[in-house]
Amino acid sequence: MRVDLSWIDYLIMIIYFIFVLGIGWFLRKFMKNANAFLEAGRSMPAWVAGLAFISTNLGALEVMGMTGSGMKYGMLTTHFYWIGAIPAMIFLALFMMPFYYGSKARSVPEFLKLRYDEKTRGLNAILFALMTVLASGISMYALALLMENVLGWDFNLSLWISALIVLGYTYLGGLSSAIYNEVLQFFIIVIGLLPLVFLALKDVGGWIGLKAQLAPIAISKGYAADAYTSTWMYSGHASANPLGVEWFGILFGLGFVLSFGYWCTNFLIVQRAFAAESKAAARKVPLIGALPKMFIPFLIIVPGIIALALSHDPGKGFVIPADPGGGLNYNLTIIMLLKQYLPTGVLGLGITALLASFMSGMAGNVSAFNTVWTYDIYQSYIRPRTSDEEGDGKHYLKVGRIATVFGILLSIASAYIASKFGNIMDFLQTIFSLINAPLFAVIFLGMFWKRTTGHAAFTGLLLGFLLALLHHGLTIPAGATSLVKGGWIATLHTYPVEMAQNFWTAIIAFGVSTTVTIGLTFLTKQKKSDEELTGLVYSLTPRTIVDKDLPWYQRPVGLAILVSVIFLVLTILFW
Amino acid sequence: MVDIRIPIGLMFTIIGTLITIFGFVTISNTEMYHKSLGINVNIIMGILMLIFGLIMLFYALWKKKKA
Repeated sequence: MRVDLSWIDYLIMIIYFIFVLGIGWFLRKFMKNANAFLEAGRSMPAWVAGLAFISTNLGALEVMGMTGSGMKYGMLTTHFYWIGAIPAMIFLALFMMPFYYGSKARSVPEFLKLRYDEKTRGLNAILFALMTVLASGISMYALALLMENVLGWDFNLSLWISALIVLGYTYLGGLSSAIYNEVLQFFIIVIGLLPLVFLALKDVGGWIGLKAQLAPIAISKGYAADAYTSTWMYSGHASANPLGVEWFGILFGLGFVLSFGYWCTNFLIVQRAFAAESKAAARKVPLIGALPKMFIPFLIIVPGIIALALSHDPGKGFVIPADPGGGLNYNLTIIMLLKQYLPTGVLGLGITALLASFMSGMAGNVSAFNTVWTYDIYQSYIRPRTSDEEGDGKHYLKVGRIATVFGILLSIASAYIASKFGNIMDFLQTIFSLINAPLFAVIFLGMFWKRTTGHAAFTGLLLGFLLALLHHGLTIPAGATSLVKGGWIATLHTYPVEMAQNFWTAIIAFGVSTTVTIGLTFLTKQKKSDEELTGLVYSLTPRTIVDKDLPWYQRPVGLAILVSVIFLVLTILFW
Repeated sequence: MVDIRIPIGLMFTIIGTLITIFGFVTISNTEMYHKSLGINVNIIMGILMLIFGLIMLFYALWKKKKA
């Protein structure tokens, strides 16, 4: 499975590294205080923040994982990009952004503090900080392992060099540098993977040829002939589609709970919109991000589906290497495709695209971590603000920079732990992923129901998380071999596939959290006055329409309609 | 602050030129392009990147001039 790179491939990579670090170097002189460093001075144009919004999400594990899922589940994987993202992004833009941005909160935990109380913020801030460090450690480990196995680079060297480059540009230029680089990385990812899609599709005879080749494979596995190229058609029964989940799980579990939890409350993502130059720009950020988001499946999922056809065609000599467990190592799908089709030159570009996706994901984690650490942990519990505003700005800038270094060092440490105890890290990541669904319930109730109280929100957040954990401990997906997948308390229920278990865990987290928060709100007293909640709650915030004179494509609602129409057309086209 | 179109434009212009030249140098190497179905993708992608890079630069400079 070795991929041999030549001097020109390395040269492309080096030019990319120079530009990435150069952007950080150029921005360093603008980093005069914490506000510039951690919030990009709230100065980003909507299109820049919008592309960064989508690029942060396009981490290396996302690209590798989604191509692998394309090979496993076919077009059903697009549910993660269409129903599992677009409605949530529209909702975030139109309904939540005005309160997030208008509240002047500098982070999601800080919004919880303004809307509820200190303990709710503290709980979320600490869990979030742990989660980001862990996530970037795991993706760093995956990348270094890939470089070692496929390119023959030294594991330690690739780990440290990739971490140091990200450290370099985030240390120098903070969030601005992370965002600017994410835009650059977005274009590199798209252009680097473009020749792959083009060649792979041509090789299998286009979409029609691909469908014809997939039909016998689908039938041999007991599905309808076009099961791998449809999205909703066979979702009536879990067993009728390769994903193994029925329409309700997809629509409610993925399309509502998981998706709204991720896109509307994950600070890593939302932070990009917080950095926008105005409230109107902040509302456009998720919508501008949604436009390319809808087409990314053609870049990373369709090649995975082609890989499925190729692997059944002996003449192509296309093999996905096995993983230690004996199954196919689906994460290697994209790299095997790059090897299959790209000659020296564009091959370097393709590998650079993977490196770029890794960096965009990691820089997102780092820039979210240092903000939450500095504002929500250090400033609230260790050294509060003083009367000296200018001195504070400089002090917290220094803290933010130190947090950047520590964040990266902790990620490196967790990458090494992952290399020794991979299962434990997988388990921790599953656990931390349970914080999003309850968080969405609590923020949603907070924004749209002025009565929701701090005690209720805190308990809802905690109980939603704990019950989701309990559900994970009591159920397993069929065929699970380790306790990481669930059932570590007892096995009460077996899900047909892991994804169904994930969806239901999230649904339970959301359901419990909503019920508890509503219930306790009736039993506890609202401590916040209406004045304090102005700008944070829908019914208490005066509506000001500022975009009346703009053309439709510059208005959030106009853009939202455009996004919805494209979303509907794609859904129907690939039904 | 800085117009991000300038570094993006510069990078794609440089890499695009490089890949285009490499594509022309290797134009007779049929064995190398056997993988890519006999298509010289280096020339195609190189020119595409070059055009993209130049558009970015042009747009950035044009906007700067206007302002």
